[in-house]
Amino acid sequence: MSFYGLVDGSEASLKNYLGSLSGVDQVGADERAAMLATRSIKTTSKRWAIDTAISMVDLTTLEGADTPGKVQALCTKAVRPDPTDSSIPSVGAVCVYNDMVAVARKHLDLVGGAHVGVAAVSTAFPSGRASMPVKIQDTRDALDAGASEIDMVIDRGAFLSGDYIGVFNEIVQIRELCGTRAHLKVIFETGELVTYDNVRKASFLAMAAGADFIKTSTGKVAPAATAPVVLVMLEAVRDFYQMTQTRIGVKPAGGIRNTKDAIKQLVLVNEIAGPEWLTPSLFRIGASALLNDLLMQRMKMDDGYYASPAYVTID
Amino acid sequence: MGSPVSFDYAPAPESRAVVSIKPKYGHFIGGKFVAGSKHFPTINPATEEVLSQIALAGKAEVDAAVKAARKAYTTTWSKMSGKERGKYLFRIARILQERAREFAVLETLDNGKPIRESRDVDIPLAAAHFFYHAGWADKLEFAGLGTSTKPHGVAGQIIPWNFPLLMLAWKIAPALAAGNTVVLKPAESTSLTALLFAEVCQQAELPAGVVNIVTGDGSTGALIVNHPGIDKIAFTGSTEVGKIIARAVAPTPKSVTLELGGKAANIIFEDAAIDEAIEGIVNGIFFNQGHVCCAGSRLILQENIAEEVLDKLKKRMSKIRVGDPMDKNTDLGAINSKEQLLKIRELSASGDAEGAQRWSAPCELPTKGFWFAPTIFTGITQSHRIAREEIFGPVLSVLTFRTPQEGIDKANNTPFGLSAGIWSEKGSRIFWASQQLRAGVIWANTFNKFDPTSPFGGYKESGWGREGGRHGLSAYLKGVGHE
Repeated sequence: MSFYGLVDGSEASLKNYLGSLSGVDQVGADERAAMLATRSIKTTSKRWAIDTAISMVDLTTLEGADTPGKVQALCTKAVRPDPTDSSIPSVGAVCVYNDMVAVARKHLDLVGGAHVGVAAVSTAFPSGRASMPVKIQDTRDALDAGASEIDMVIDRGAFLSGDYIGVFNEIVQIRELCGTRAHLKVIFETGELVTYDNVRKASFLAMAAGADFIKTSTGKVAPAATAPVVLVMLEAVRDFYQMTQTRIGVKPAGGIRNTKDAIKQLVLVNEIAGPEWLTPSLFRIGASALLNDLLMQRMKMDDGYYASPAYVTID
Repeated sequence: MGSPVSFDYAPAPESRAVVSIKPKYGHFIGGKFVAGSKHFPTINPATEEVLSQIALAGKAEVDAAVKAARKAYTTTWSKMSGKERGKYLFRIARILQERAREFAVLETLDNGKPIRESRDVDIPLAAAHFFYHAGWADKLEFAGLGTSTKPHGVAGQIIPWNFPLLMLAWKIAPALAAGNTVVLKPAESTSLTALLFAEVCQQAELPAGVVNIVTGDGSTGALIVNHPGIDKIAFTGSTEVGKIIARAVAPTPKSVTLELGGKAANIIFEDAAIDEAIEGIVNGIFFNQGHVCCAGSRLILQENIAEEVLDKLKKRMSKIRVGDPMDKNTDLGAINSKEQLLKIRELSASGDAEGAQRWSAPCELPTKGFWFAPTIFTGITQSHRIAREEIFGPVLSVLTFRTPQEGIDKANNTPFGLSAGIWSEKGSRIFWASQQLRAGVIWANTFNKFDPTSPFGGYKESGWGREGGRHGLSAYLKGVGHE
């Protein structure tokens, strides 16, 4: 693999590449994110943002209690978020554990959702603590079951101990396995990497290793997709585009529960990475409860009042 | 999908229904509004709409105001305990918070600054200054300024148009806390929030004459400066006027503090956090349309990162939202006056004429009102006029340096010395640079941060004395010593 000509696969070249990155000043990044959170999005822009956000949702269920029935219900909702309004777009994908991929794929196809992807969390999600053969098998199972997107976790222990080449090589191997069959999203678990410097470093490491998307979190650790973390990742994909002419996607996941939060994310995308990223192929939001709030806000814009939650489905 | 093809933010205007502007104003003297004799219009610089008629104070009005202030000083304010004075200041601070929206809208209408800034910066900081100084009123003996300090008496205060209410707070809050009474003159183009503040004084039941507000132009200011009944002069404004004031008060017993112009250096070292430095550059020069005495108007860039920084800066500047100041999403509002706009244009033209390269962010400027697109000049040397003179507008001069010492030398090579910014991820470099820089305020990895607890003021032609913190308090006391 060429790694965009940025590294040659050796530890020395990776060290050199990561060492060339400028630092992130935490106070400044927090301040910028807070300022952008004051953007006031109204009327036609709000309507556009709600529909765009719906199309970007990776509708997620990642529970020990997941059953085929639960996943099938989720898939139906993913295709038609509001059964009474066909003008509402389908979500970007459903996101499940790999044993539910086949169920999800089959059901999506059945209910007219061939265009909705299935994302499988992988590589010993959520902790990433397993041997490489296990991680490879985990991913292979998901691909064989029909996953079109693989959401892999990085080994945070390796990253924090400075074994960047180890993290890099894991991503490279999973990338190779995905080939052209699936998009690769790389999850950092930013709540465990903690510093923005680490987030920036992980972003550039994953992008050079072949990630199609960089993703904040598993949803199992708090804090997750905070605005400044997403800002740092959006700056990274913007800078990476300058270096390579390749646009890498960003997926915040965890903690984005209402329309206001989702719109704030879109403002970040618009003003940091740029409007080119305002598409489901380059920005996704990993969420479950968010979708219903988007639907309710949409109804409110049409009807002028807040509907009872009984008017949106609980699937 | 919805109607817009891209994420263009729909207008989100703040309502102006919250303010009621009278067609004509007088002065606030001895706790009452008194009619003025002559008037001049005040306009909204974003639309050129005439908002109201402002009174022009002559000798009679200034005399009356000084007399009222003297009477309040001798009969009431100097006899009142610090604890009681503090109560009034706390009350004013709370009323400013309660009426924050009204003040923010009025400030934006009269000044042209974006509502986001008046709402999030000017008004909250003004309230913070009253809260902070309210706390000092009964603790002056413990401020480390000596135990036998006394107020000056009557303070004459003249403030600029860039932060009308905030500068009023910087002046009035410490003066009152220290036990002085005041005669304050707002800038002629931005009197409205000072007049609304006069209502707050009434609402707070501040004793009559403790705060007097007379409106007018430079001639009114001169009457205050030269008035024999005034004990202390505090001025914020141009260095040119500051010099006139310094000359005027030199042969008198008046105390004086001056907060004047600046041409601050924002120094970006190669090891800076670049994206945050870009924000700091933007905040440094485009905050408040560059109408900031401490604006980071000289960007001093290490040459080996200059290309990268300028490329990112231009992209970032293209995202600055210029337009209706009342829109909550506006980043850069209107230039405060036609006069100021002409000055900015003239100085920018000198940059063109002297061979500097001008780049302005592509943005549509409204047809009415006074506007100037965010602009940078590259190819600047120390010998360019726009590297030396204060532009007081959204115009940034970019210089480069090769070694840290050269950066410092260029930063210090100015008659001004109000503020400076240092951007580096290396702590030792920040400490080294801050010790070399001759400026009253130095920010490291941030810019344009203000706090009532922090003294603010300049070196050299940037002024005399400090405002804010204990240092600022001492300017309103005499007999300051260390016991």
